[in-house]
Amino acid sequence: MKRVAAAAGLIALVAALAAAPAFLDAYGLGLMMGLAGYVTLATAWALFSGPTGYISLATVAFVGVGAYCVAALNEVLPYPLVLLIAAGIGLAVALVVGLSTLRLSGVYFVIFTFGLAELVRQLVTFYEINVTGTLGRYIFLDITPQQIYWQLLALGIVTMLLRWWIGRSRIGLALKVIGDDEVVASHVGIDIARTKLALFAISAVIMTLVGVIQAPRWTYVEPAIVFNPTVSFLTLIMALLGGATRLWGPLLGAVPLFLLFEWLSANFPNHYSILLGLLFILIVFALPKGVLSFIEQTWGKARDTDGSGARS
Amino acid sequence: MFVTTLIAGLVLGGTYALVAMGLTLQYGISRIMNLAYGETIIAASFLAYALSASFNINPLVSLVLAAPLGFIFSYLIYGLMLRPLVARSKTAVALEIDSILATFGLLFVIQGVMLVMFGGNYISYTYMNFGVDILGASVAANRLLALVLALAIGGGLYLLLTYTLWGTALRAVAVAPGVAPLVGIDANRAVRLAFALGGALAACGGVVISMYQTFTATTGVVFTMKALIVVIMGGVGNLLGALSAGLILGLVETFVATYVSPGLTLAAVYLIFLGILLWRPSGLFGRARR
Repeated sequence: MKRVAAAAGLIALVAALAAAPAFLDAYGLGLMMGLAGYVTLATAWALFSGPTGYISLATVAFVGVGAYCVAALNEVLPYPLVLLIAAGIGLAVALVVGLSTLRLSGVYFVIFTFGLAELVRQLVTFYEINVTGTLGRYIFLDITPQQIYWQLLALGIVTMLLRWWIGRSRIGLALKVIGDDEVVASHVGIDIARTKLALFAISAVIMTLVGVIQAPRWTYVEPAIVFNPTVSFLTLIMALLGGATRLWGPLLGAVPLFLLFEWLSANFPNHYSILLGLLFILIVFALPKGVLSFIEQTWGKARDTDGSGARS
Repeated sequence: MFVTTLIAGLVLGGTYALVAMGLTLQYGISRIMNLAYGETIIAASFLAYALSASFNINPLVSLVLAAPLGFIFSYLIYGLMLRPLVARSKTAVALEIDSILATFGLLFVIQGVMLVMFGGNYISYTYMNFGVDILGASVAANRLLALVLALAIGGGLYLLLTYTLWGTALRAVAVAPGVAPLVGIDANRAVRLAFALGGALAACGGVVISMYQTFTATTGVVFTMKALIVVIMGGVGNLLGALSAGLILGLVETFVATYVSPGLTLAAVYLIFLGILLWRPSGLFGRARR
C-alpha cells in the first residue's frame, strides 16, 4: 500500500514537472532548464562516484564534448543522429580515461580528470584553428526551450531510474563491495576494473547528452565557453551536499544549491567564486556524508534515547 | 634555433622541477593532495608583479619576501584547514578524498580573491629583458636567471633534506609515518613543516615564473596539473625524481611547441602522463609499491 502511494506520488510529481512550462514565463522556464540539467549531471556524477568513491573532476569535459558535437554537426546532420554520434564520442573518451586510470589508485584518476577539460579544450581549439580555420560556431536549430526542458527532464528521470535499478542489481551489489573493500571484492570474484569502467562510461554518456541537449540554448559556441571548469565544480558540490551514495541525494543537493548559485551570480558577480569556494569547504567540514545522512543521524539520535541505534 | 629551444626547455623544465619539488614534499610527506597548489604559485607571481609595478622593487627582493610568506600561509592553511581533516579521517583513502575536496574549494577561494584584486587579464612585467649570447644563440637574461634560481633553490633543498638531521626526520616520516614517532620524531610537526616548506617552494616558483612568463589569475590550475604529473613521473616523495622529470617535461613541451605546434603542448604532456600510468605507475624512478 505504501509503495503504491509512493509510486503514485512520483508519477504525479513527474506529470507536474512535465506540465510546468505551461505556467512559467521565459525566466522561470530558463531556471527550470538549468535545474533539470544540474540535477541530471549531479545524479550521473553520483552514479559512478557515489559507490566507488572516485572523485571525477571531468564533468565539463563530457558536457563540452556534447555541446561541441552539436555546434560542429548541426548544419550537416539531423539532430537525432548528432545525439548518437556525441554519445559515441563521449563513450570513447570515457573508455580511454577509464582504461588507463581506473585500475590504479584513486588519486591518478582525480589528477587525470582534473586536467581533462583543459586538454580537450586545447585539442578542440587546435583543431579549429589549424584544420577548419574558424574559432567559434553558431547553432541554428529549430528546438524550442520547452523541448529542451522536456528532453532534460526525460534524461534526468532515466538517470534516476538507472541509479535505482543499478542499486538493486548484481552490479550494484558488486559496487557496494568494491566501495567497502576492494581486496574482499577481488577475492569474491568481482571484476573490479570492468565494473568501474562500465559505470564510468554510463555516467559519462549521460553527461555528454546533457551537453548535447543544452547546446541549442547558446547560439554561439566556442571552446572557452563550453569547457568552463565551474560546471564540474558545481556538479561535484551538489552531489556531495545531498550525499553521493543516496538515490535522492544529488537531487536534494542540486535544487537548493542551483537556486543559491543563481542568486549569488546575480547579486555578487565579482565575488562569486570566493563564496563558492568557502561554501564548498564548509560542506566538506560540516556535512562530509551529505545532508541526508546528517538528517538521518540526528533523527536517529533523537529517537532512541540510549543511542545504540545511531551508527556512525 | 636548436640551442635556443634547448635552453628555453631547460628553463621551463627547471621551473617545473622547482614547483614539483614543493608538491612532492606536500604529497609525499604530508599526504595532502593539494589541488590549490598552483594558486599559491600564481599568488606569488602577482606579489612580484605588484611590487615591481607599484614600488619598482626588484623581483629578487620579492623572492626573498615571497618564500617566508608562502611558508607562513601554507603553515596556517595546514593548521586551520587540513589538520582537522587529518585528525578526522580514519584511513589514508578517506584523508585523500577529504583533502582533495577541501583544497579544491580553496582553489576557488584564492582564485576568486586574485580575480577581484587583479582582474582576469594577462599580466607580465619586464625584468632583465636583454639577450645573452650562449653558444651562438641569444637567450633572454631573465630566463637564464630563472634557470639558475630554480636549480639553486632545488639543489639547496635537496642538500638540506639529505644532509641535515632535520631533513632526515622529514624523509623518515615520508617513508614510514607510523614508525617515525618510535625513534622520537614528532610526526605532526614534521608533516606541518613539510607542507609549509612546499608552500615556500611554490611561492619561489611563482616569483621565478613571473620573471619571464605572462600569467593570469586562472593559470594556476595548469601549473598544479603539470606539477602533479611531474611528481608522479618522478615518484611520489622523490626529490631527484621530481628534478629530472621536471626537466624532461619542460624540454618535451618546448620542443613540441617549437617543432610541432604550440597548441599541442598539453596533449604532449598528457601523452607522457598516459605512458607513465600504463607503463610505470610508481614513477620513472620509483620502486613498485603495494
